[in-house]
Formats: sequence, C-alpha cells, structure tokens
Amino acid sequence: MTKLVDIQNLNVCFKGKRTVHALNDVSLAMEQGETLALLGESGSGKSVTLKTLLGLLPPKRTQIDGKIAVNGIDVMSLRGKALQRYRGGEVSMVFQEPALALDPVYTVGHQIAEAVMRHKGVNKAEAMSTALDMLDRVRIPSANRRLHTYPHELSGGMRQRVMIALALACRPRLLLADEPTTALDATVQIQILLLLRELQKEFGMGVIFVTHDIGVAVEISERIAVMYAGQIIEEGTTREIIRDARHPYTRGLLAANLHDVARGERLNAIPGAPPALEVRPESCPFAPRCPVAMAECRAALPPVFHPSDRRRVACLRAAEPIAAE
Amino acid sequence: MAVVETDPTDPRAAPDMAVAKPQGYWSGVMSRLVRDPVTMLCAGVVLALILAAIFAPFLGLGDPYKGSMIARLKPLGTAGHILGTDEQGRDMLVRLIYGGRLTLFIGLVPVVLAFFIGSALGITAGYVGGLTNTLIMRTVDVFFAFPSVLLAIAISGALGAGITNSLVSLTIVFVPPITRVAEAVTSGVRKLDYIDAARATGASAWTVIRVHVIGNVLSPIFVYASSLTSVCMILAAGLSFLGIGVRPPEPEWGLMLNTLRSAIYVNPWLSALPGVMIFVTSLCLNLLSDGLRSAMNVRD
Repeated sequence: MTKLVDIQNLNVCFKGKRTVHALNDVSLAMEQGETLALLGESGSGKSVTLKTLLGLLPPKRTQIDGKIAVNGIDVMSLRGKALQRYRGGEVSMVFQEPALALDPVYTVGHQIAEAVMRHKGVNKAEAMSTALDMLDRVRIPSANRRLHTYPHELSGGMRQRVMIALALACRPRLLLADEPTTALDATVQIQILLLLRELQKEFGMGVIFVTHDIGVAVEISERIAVMYAGQIIEEGTTREIIRDARHPYTRGLLAANLHDVARGERLNAIPGAPPALEVRPESCPFAPRCPVAMAECRAALPPVFHPSDRRRVACLRAAEPIAAE
Repeated sequence: MAVVETDPTDPRAAPDMAVAKPQGYWSGVMSRLVRDPVTMLCAGVVLALILAAIFAPFLGLGDPYKGSMIARLKPLGTAGHILGTDEQGRDMLVRLIYGGRLTLFIGLVPVVLAFFIGSALGITAGYVGGLTNTLIMRTVDVFFAFPSVLLAIAISGALGAGITNSLVSLTIVFVPPITRVAEAVTSGVRKLDYIDAARATGASAWTVIRVHVIGNVLSPIFVYASSLTSVCMILAAGLSFLGIGVRPPEPEWGLMLNTLRSAIYVNPWLSALPGVMIFVTSLCLNLLSDGLRSAMNVRD
C-alpha cells in the first residue's frame, strides 16, 4: 500500500529582504489513516510544512527543494486544475483561527456547498444537503438552521466545527490541522479534539496535527514528530516520546509542564531562544541551549539514530542511557 | 424515571436553545438604514430628485426652452411662475427640474463608470501584487499629482465642451481614488485566512477573486464611491459654469448659475436658486453616503 505521506529531504527557503531557511532537510513518512502530531514552538517550521504539503506558499518568494508525495501523487509537479483537484479533494486543512478562516459575507452552508460543488460537480441542492449532513456529522445542534447562519453568528467552537465540516466535505485522505484548538477555550478544545479523533476513525483518513501543546499532541496522536529550527529532531510513537524521549529538547519540553511543580517553585524552562534561521544551520541548532552539548555538537549536524523501526533522534548523545541532567 | 445518558462533549445533547433567525447581510443593512431618520430623509430627497429628473417630460410642465421677452426675471411667487423666470423669461421651476436631469446624469454616471473601472484595476493590482501592482498603482499616482478640479478642467478643456466630454473627463478624474481604495482593501483581504482556506479547498484564482475577494471588498468601495457622487456633481456643475461642460441653451444647474450671475443685483433670490439646488443635492448625497457607511459597517 502506498504511503499516505512521503516527504523526502524537503528544504524551504523564503527569499526577500531577509532570507529565512524555514525547513532544512525534513523527511517524514505516514501510513494510511495515521494521526501524526507535529510538535514544536513558534517558528520551528510546523505551519510551513503544512502549507508546502498543500502548495500554498507563494512561488515567487519561496525556493522549495525535495520530494513530496501524498498517496503517490507528486505534489510539487501539480499545476492548475490538477492542483485544485488535489487541494480539498485529496488533502484539506483546518486553520488555527476559525473566525478568520471563514468568509464573513457568505452563510456557512453556502461555503461548504461551494467546495462540494467544486469537487463533486453536483448541483446546488445536492451540495446543500451534503453541507447539512456534514454539519450534523461535526455535531452541530439544529444543523438545518445553522446552515443559513453567517460565521459571526456562531461561537468559536461552532465556527471551528464548521471549518472541520468544510475541510472534510469532500472526504480528503489527509487532513492537515494547523493548531485548530489554540484559539479556543480549554473546555471547547477537548470537545474539538475528541470530535477530530472520532471523525478520523469514521472517515479513516490520516491527520497531521500541528501543535505547540504537548498535552494536545498526546491526546490526539499515535505518533509525534518534534520539530526544532526547521528540522525534525525526534520522531516516534506517542508512547515512546512520552516515556523515552531521547533528544534533550524533547526532554526539556516534557519537563517544562505545570504538573508536579510545587507552588512558588520556578518552572523548568529551556534557557535561551531558538536560532534565527537566516543561515542554514551547519551544526546542531539546539546546541547553544542544550544542557548536555559537547564540542562535536557545535562542529557538525548530528547524525540521525534509529533506535527502533520508524523511530529516530537527531542527537549525538541519543544512544547514551538517559543520565540525570 | 429514565435517566438519559448524555455525552457532555456532544453539544447536540445541550438543550436546543432558540437559534436566532438568521438575518442576511442586506436585510441587516436595510433594517439599520430604516432606523436612521436623517439618512432616510436624504434618501427621500435624492429619490424625489431622480424621479423628477427621469419623469420630467411626463409631469405636464412647460417647455424649458421657451422664453418670453416680456416676462423676464420675474421674482419668486409670480402667478404662473412660482419660482420666477430667468433672464430670457423661461420658467425657473421647469428649468430647475430639467436641469436636475443633466446635472444628476453628469454627476452620477462618471462615478458609476469609475466604480467599475477603478474596482477592476484596484482588485487586480491588490490581488496579483508584484509588478502588476507597481504598474497600475504608479500610473494612478500620476493622476494624484493634480487636484481633481484642475484635472477635470484640463481634460475637459482639451477635449472641448459637451456632455460626452464632461462624462469622459470626470470618469478619468474619479478612477484613480477608487482604484487606490480598491487596491488597499483588496491587499488587506488577500492576506486573510479565508483566502488561503478557499485555496486549500481547491478554489481557482478566479473563483477566489470572484467569490471571496469581490464579496468582501465591494461594500467599502461602494461606500467610498457614493461619497464621490456629490463631489462629481459639483465638478460637473463647475465645468458647465466655466463654459466647458454643457452648452446653452440646455438647462443645467451650473450653467444656469452662470447665466443668472449677471442678474444678481436685479433679483438675487432668483440667481441663488440653482446654487440652492446644487447645495441641497450634494448635502443629501453626502449624508446618504455617511448613512450607508454606518449601515454597511464599513470601518476605515
């Protein structure tokens, strides 16, 4: 069976007043129906990865090298009609801020129906009934009345449900979720996460879930890939990452949570800030902040270790037993 | 009593609160407009002027071109000529109503034309960006170097007097500001997530522009264009006043103002009448545009 996603040595570089090497040698593979969380802080290249997958980056100012295949389709070579069929039909995306991602001047039903008509070539009435069915599937109460409401008349959680309905209306094989719960209340967050998990099982699609919240990543995904400075520095199943994180950055992320910290005690934060990516990193990008860095770390890019199948860590010290830091 | 198991994460389980009856955008605009008495009054005046202009020949009025040597410059309130007569003895009421035809026509048509041309240019420049944007916007900037009145006079002067030439020159005057507004709102909208979201669901560039860009930028451009109608009307009257617009004996407010100028010491109220019409109409157009702006929620 073809892999759902197969990214090989992807490099994305933004040219302009300032050059930014947003992605550096990213390789990523996903099986059909898998849920992968891309975990990382702001500017680590999570959203760029998603936008590259959809071919949404402005071609004039971006230089993209590498290979991306989704379901065997070579994404980089898609143009015109084929690209439009691919976007929304094969892969679609849920955005972070549902208030901005829905067009304020059309009813939600109209927006979903428009996407359905575009891909399925059905008439308006059929498309509207698909839209109604989708609103019902994302558990929107009294869906047939919501169909004719405008986005501003809905709450944040409802809007995100609409956004999900819009993304799933054409039954994509892969759903890209760009921090879909970040803009929502904590209580609504968990509802949306559970909904996404149910829909993922129901439709059997693959999901790439971008988040900076490790709790959310654990909740939703089977596998986690940790990104730092435009590279994937560690990848494994959720269990492996939580139980046996090998990269010092991942361990730092795990240590920097609010649980088990006594009141008044300082939180375990990672010192420093991520590097500016104006030049392509030639050594381990995390070395300046790393508590266990060695001279070799600053000399060259660390090799990638594969402790087990589909598990990888880009750190010289990954093979060592976890020492008390 | 049966206890119904409800899933707290499923909002369908929540009591079905009355969903407010969805209200369309335009019905919302209408209901806000109706609640605004000043705007409604101005809309009434403008509508009355437009209707009078359209149906002038059917109102049973006299001939606006027929004068009388013995009934010249009659004051307001003369029997048979409620608003008096002009310097050639033509009935002022009839001439003012027929004058509204031309003035409103030359005042509105250039704005409508400029609205379409300017929107097309501005949306193209704003959406495509890059070199196209630079070409369109820098060309437009050249026109900003001239004050609009001067530009209108210069173009009309070059083309010569006449209604068509006035229309052309005023359209050229109003294309640049509308283009600039259209470009600004379009490049704002283009960066928003829903444009990316539309592309992510496979919309072609044309669909994105037609549905999502135009749908969102048209009302600010429309409101801005409506605020230009009064300026355009004043400019049109000004061109006629200067003799490079409508030619006599056509009834036109600006032209009437010019010909009655010489009678200002004989019968000042009479010569003020065309000015009053210009003033009232442009005031109403301005207030109407302000009312539209708040009713359509355009923020700028």
